[in-house]
Amino acid sequence: MITLGHSIALSAILFCIGVGGIFINRRNLIILLMSIELILLAVNFNFIAFSSFMGDVAGQIFVFFILTVAAAEAAIGLAILVVLFRNRATLNVEELDDLKG
Amino acid sequence: MTFSLLLFYLFALVLIGAALAVVSVRNSVHAALFLVLAFFTSAGIWLLLHAEFLAITLVLVYVGAVMVLFLFVVMMLDVKAQPVKHSGQQYLPVAIGVALLMLAEVIALVGVGELDDGGGIQDGAAIAGLSNIEWLGHALFSDYILPFEIAAVILTVAIIAAVALTLRHRPNVRTQSAPAQSAVSASERVRLVNLPSSTAKGQTP
Repeated sequence: MITLGHSIALSAILFCIGVGGIFINRRNLIILLMSIELILLAVNFNFIAFSSFMGDVAGQIFVFFILTVAAAEAAIGLAILVVLFRNRATLNVEELDDLKG
Repeated sequence: MTFSLLLFYLFALVLIGAALAVVSVRNSVHAALFLVLAFFTSAGIWLLLHAEFLAITLVLVYVGAVMVLFLFVVMMLDVKAQPVKHSGQQYLPVAIGVALLMLAEVIALVGVGELDDGGGIQDGAAIAGLSNIEWLGHALFSDYILPFEIAAVILTVAIIAAVALTLRHRPNVRTQSAPAQSAVSASERVRLVNLPSSTAKGQTP
């Protein structure tokens, strides 16, 4: 029998893998975007789990909107990536230091 | 241990393995394909949690659209796999430390072991006597109609922004100008000239 704890634990693990992926990746901006998708997936997991264990529709509706916004974010992020690659010919995170941050 | 719990563990194992592979493989195409695997297994777990519509949506929207977009961008950009000396392995301990610390904090904070789940999965759709998609649809198109329309506007803005960002006007390229072509009128193209007719003497026309 699946419990709420199972789902939350899986979601927490997934979230931490996503955050760790952002730390590890210094060579490719695309994999950074994929880590963000993993984090969003973990958030969706939480919403689905609580919606399912409480019998409430609001959580699933919210996942619907998160999916929408994440798709828009991926499209715009990849468009920015294409423009960036056109101008700099690299996607290495450590070479993208124009802002001197 | 019931069959659904067994399936849950199987899917969770595959999901965590795929997620680890996404952040650790060197090749971007492999990472994208592992992310596809992660989305598929997530959809399986969502089915176990009785979120059927969202599971299908995840496969259609994410695997069908977003990941294909990722793959197209990876293929278009011709990114070389970086050699090992640039791979930034010095960040690996930091990443593992942060991830484990965050995981411990979340689990301690939420108290995963002691969560009261109210006696297992309550399928709200089944309680209401509807299918999952009917249940979602009734809520989406009545109580949440304004957010739904705002989501549509966000998607439109995203389309326009993506096109506007990547649109490139190249100078010194000879192409047809469609607006100029469709704006011409017949008077600019055809000139009727009134020529006097000339016939040789003695001949009848």
